[in-house]
Order: sequence, then C-alpha cells, then structure tokens
Amino acid sequence: MSILIDKNTRVICQGFTGAQGTFHSEQSIDYGTKMVGGVTPGKGGQKHLGLPVFNTVLDACNSTGADASVIYVPARFCKESILEAVDAGIKLIVCITEGIPTLDMLVAKEKCDQAGVRLIGPNCPGVITPGECKIGIMPGHIHLPGKVGIVSRSGTLTYEAVKQTTDHAFGQSSCVGIGGDPIPGSNFIDILALFENDEQTEAIVMIGEIGGTAEEEAGSYIKAHVTKPVVAYIAGVTAPPGKRMGHAGAIISGGKGTAEEKFSALNDAGVKTVRSLADIGSGLREICNW
Amino acid sequence: MNLHEYQAKQLFREYGLPVSKGIAVDSAEEAADATREIGGTKWVVKAQVHAGGRGKAGGVELVDSAEEAGAFARKWLGKNLVTYQTDANGQPVSKILVEECVSIDRELYLGAVVDRASRRIVFMASTEGGVEIEKVASETPEKILKASIDPLTGPLSYQGRELAFKLGLTGGQIKQFTSLFLGLSKLFLDLDLSLLEINPLVITEEGDLNCLDGKINVDGNALFRQPKLKDMQDQSQEDDREAKAAEWDLNYVALDGNIGCMVNGAGLAMGTMDIVQLYGGSPANFLDVGGAASKERVTEAFKIILSDEKVSAVLVNIFGGIVRCDLIAEGVIGAVNEVGVSVPVVVRLEGNSAELGREVLAKSDVNILAASSLADAAEKAVNAAGEDK
Repeated sequence: MSILIDKNTRVICQGFTGAQGTFHSEQSIDYGTKMVGGVTPGKGGQKHLGLPVFNTVLDACNSTGADASVIYVPARFCKESILEAVDAGIKLIVCITEGIPTLDMLVAKEKCDQAGVRLIGPNCPGVITPGECKIGIMPGHIHLPGKVGIVSRSGTLTYEAVKQTTDHAFGQSSCVGIGGDPIPGSNFIDILALFENDEQTEAIVMIGEIGGTAEEEAGSYIKAHVTKPVVAYIAGVTAPPGKRMGHAGAIISGGKGTAEEKFSALNDAGVKTVRSLADIGSGLREICNW
Repeated sequence: MNLHEYQAKQLFREYGLPVSKGIAVDSAEEAADATREIGGTKWVVKAQVHAGGRGKAGGVELVDSAEEAGAFARKWLGKNLVTYQTDANGQPVSKILVEECVSIDRELYLGAVVDRASRRIVFMASTEGGVEIEKVASETPEKILKASIDPLTGPLSYQGRELAFKLGLTGGQIKQFTSLFLGLSKLFLDLDLSLLEINPLVITEEGDLNCLDGKINVDGNALFRQPKLKDMQDQSQEDDREAKAAEWDLNYVALDGNIGCMVNGAGLAMGTMDIVQLYGGSPANFLDVGGAASKERVTEAFKIILSDEKVSAVLVNIFGGIVRCDLIAEGVIGAVNEVGVSVPVVVRLEGNSAELGREVLAKSDVNILAASSLADAAEKAVNAAGEDK
C-alpha cells in the first residue's frame, strides 16, 4: 500500500502543452505514471506526448476517468484551474506552481474543503509513490520503494531526505511535498494521519521550516494520534526575524514561527529531532533499530 | 512589499476612511508650505521610513509654525532614521508627512492579517491602542478582539458592529466603526494585502474615529495585478544587494557571518546556513539560486555574494534533481573564472550524475574544494573561512 497515489491512479495534467507541463509529464510517463491526458483550452482534440488533449477538465474526466490532476499553469491562473478541477469532480489535485496570491488560496482551499477534495501544494514538488506513480517535478531516480513516509514543506530538502533513506536502503512508501506557501492545500497533520493508517509506512520523516505554527500543531497531533516513530528536521535556525527566506511562508513574524519553538514542540511530542539535515537517515536508524 | 504611512493613508482616503488632512513633501520649503495649505496652528511632522518606533527615535514631532516644520524636514531629509526595528544604519528618509494635529480622547488598535492557522483574514481590535500589539497579545490576550472573514461570503456588517460594541464605542461611533471595518476589508481584498494595521485608531475629542497611523504590507505574489501598488514600491528602503538579486530572480538575504552560501531551493538554503553554524561557522547570507543553477545565474549569484566584504569563503550546495551535476559543475567553474573569485570555494554536488560532477571539479584548474558530503562541505567551508582570516 501507499498513500494518495499508486500504480492505478489515472492522472491528467492542467497546463499540459506548456513547457513545464510537457517536460514533467514526459518524465512522469517515463517513470511509469498512468498519465491519461491533459487539458489546454483551445487545443482540445489534439494529441500531445501520445495522449489526448481536452479543452476542459470536465471533458478530460468524462473521457479518461481521471482520479487526479496535476497543475502547472502560471500562478495568476491557478485559482481558476483548481476550482475547475474541483467542479469537474477530481478528488486529488496536486498544484506545483509557485507564486499564487495568498487571497486566491484562501478561496481555493475553502472550496476544496467543502467539496472533500485533497489539494497538495501549491509551491511544492508533488507526490510520489516510488516504483508506482510520480506526480510532480521530483527526480524519480533517487527514490526506492520502501517503508519511510516523507512529508515536507521544502522541495530540495525532501530530496535530501529521500537520498538518505535510499542510501540506507530503507526506501520510501510515499513522499509528499506540502509546499512552502502560507496557505497550503494540505498540512502536516493531514499527511501524518494518512501515513499512520498506511501499512507500508513504518516510520515517518517530517521536514519543516520557519514560519507559521504548522509544526507545533503537528507536534500536538503526533503526541495524541501517531504511534509510528517520527524523525523531524526544521530548517531556518539561523534565519533572521522579519525576513522572508525564499518561500512565501518562511518568515518569522512578530517573534513567532522560529525554528527553536518548533524543535521544542516536536521534542515535547516525543519526536526524534535532528539538528543537522545530514542526520535524517541516521536518526531513523537510531529510533527504529534498523 | 511594504508601503509608507503616507501611501497607506492615501489609500485609506480613496476608500473613504477617516484620516487627517496631510501632505507628503520632499523639501523643507514644501513642508512649510504644507502647514499653510493644511491650516490651523499645530501640525504633526513624520519621517517616512519602513519601520516602527519612529516616535521614540525622534522621527515624529509636534510643531507650531511653518518654520519648525521646515526645520524638521531639513533635519531628516536625506538622513537615516534608526529605530529599534531598523538595523544600526537605519532607513533613509526621503519623504516627510505633514499632518493636521488632532485632539485625542482614546487610542484603540485595529489590524488585519492573513491568519495561517485558520486560513482566514482575521481582524484584531483592542482598547489598548498606541502600544506594541504583540505585547498586548502575550500579556493580556483577552484584550484582543477578533473577527474572521469567510473567504466565500466576505465581511459582514454585524461583525463590525460586534467589535464596536465590545470596544465600548457608543452612538455614532458604532456606525463609523462598522463602515471603517467594511472599508478596510474591501481594501484588504481589492489590493491583495497581507497585513494592515492602524495603531493607533483614535477617537478624537469631538468623538469621531481617525486613522492616526497606517501600516500596509502587500502580497508580493499579487503585484502582477496591482500595478498601482507596484509603482508605490520605494526601492531605497530595501537592502541594495537584495534588490539587485531580485532583478535576477535570485532570493538573497544578507546575514552577519563570513561564509557565503549558494544553494538551490529555499529549504536547502536554510538547511545549509544551519549546518554551517552547527560546524562552528557563521553564514553570510541566504541565497536560493533556483532549480536550474545555470552558469548565468551562478555568475550573478557569485557577484552578489562577493559584494559583501565580510565573505571569506563560499559554500556552493546543489542538489541536482533533474539537472545533471556535471553540467552544474561546468557552470560553477565558468562562473568562478568569469567573476575571478579569490576566496576559497567549497562545492558539494549531490543527485543526478553527482560522481561525474565531482570529477569535473577535480579535473578543473580553478581553486575549488570538492566536498564528498554535506557535513564534509560545511566543515571544509568553516576551515577555509577560518584560515583566510
């Protein structure tokens, strides 16, 4: 088993014929993802990468029976794209695009919640179940099917964690990038709950960063609901207050959202925290006796 | 992106919200003229910088004559104002706001932010105006009143009335506050704000509401649809190197240390700074060079990092996901040559074709230390920076 996606997940791409959509869809198809088509308004009826192109998400759903959609459209159009996918009945939306206005996300997230849609991202690498299905921009070759569930706010830090769990031969059950924005479609708790209930997942790696209180909330949740071992790393100990560190959501504001607060909340929750990002693999080995 | 007080008040005025008569000026003569144009016998003159704590730093004064207003402008224009919120150099003053003086009966607080935990715009109001709201929130949280805006319905007038009653307002003030609440909500939503603060919101001796100060932060991701706000951006308030980096779409934040960091990905860039510190060093900057890490971008990144004279070693940490590390290595070598980097450069490449990348680095004739792991890279960079001293 895995979470969110597996070898049977039927995936469409919104923004399919654009540069990003084309490149990453090609990579996903090579990886073995069951891509079934894509959407580019005005190009319906054409073929792209050997797959059908549709004018609307609803057309794509009706013709392909898609379960999931990945969005690569430019930031200014993302709110519309998410809402179109929701209205078409898609239940898993993965939005890769960075730079979506926050107020757009407030509406999109509310609509997803009301419709029971799982939104991953935006501003994220996507989701992968190694060996089965890759939805997003992560490099497939560093992954190994296995037993560690990874959830992270950062793309390249996810890759570091993946690399280490692959080098230690633990492998990954699924890896979820929830993204670096202040209003993510899914938060740590949503994904931790899925990993807790997933048989294949034996341990969890959680990678947070400064800004907001999602890690603190995850700590409380882990204490009450998660029985599997969790290793956590938080980036941004050296980040100055009031400065946005690349990600829209990575900012210490009003003295809140520091790495120390997050480390401390997670330690209190019984999570194994590591201070060096190079120690994620060895941290797992230590607490799991692998 | 932040706005100045005078810009925030200009927007308030456009939305029909109560602000004092005021004129922003950039010379002593204009300051004196402004007092005559506004009329009256007392004025407030305020230095315009992107920082709080201006009053205590001498950047706000009460004046009784046009000459005094002119003297204040002469004193501050072209100088830097240092407050507890700025760094030691302070922020340059290029505008002075001259305002009519209002008589104050009570000082309230009214602000709004995008609250990440509840995923709503949340308004906060308090009877404790004029002081730091973070302090009120931590010491007497019961004194912060809240109203949260449903993204699908928008603000509702009852929410404004409810806050007004709880603040102890009476009579016509209830109506005034409710329209202020609705007006600010509209402004927040129309203009893609991320933060809005009126501290203090005063009740004048005549019993009317007045926005005595105004702070606005705009969502940088929404500037594409806010051309007017984009034009209001005051580059002089930004760090030079950060502004230069932004031109190249590079994310750079200056820090106090001596080890320059060039990394792909924001999270990994922070993680790299942290590991430098963990190994006893001190990072000079945050820099996300982006996914592709092409030669052009790496070259610009080196130029920006090395424009900081404190930098005595550079750590390049690239996780090659889809881009091949040997190509990145060639880019780094090309950039080091082109820029003429004279400090030691430690490079750690991981991911796609990392071995090949390390070979390319080893074969090159430039002075680059190839690291075998992240920990090794941090250690090498810290040592190199130490030796250079």
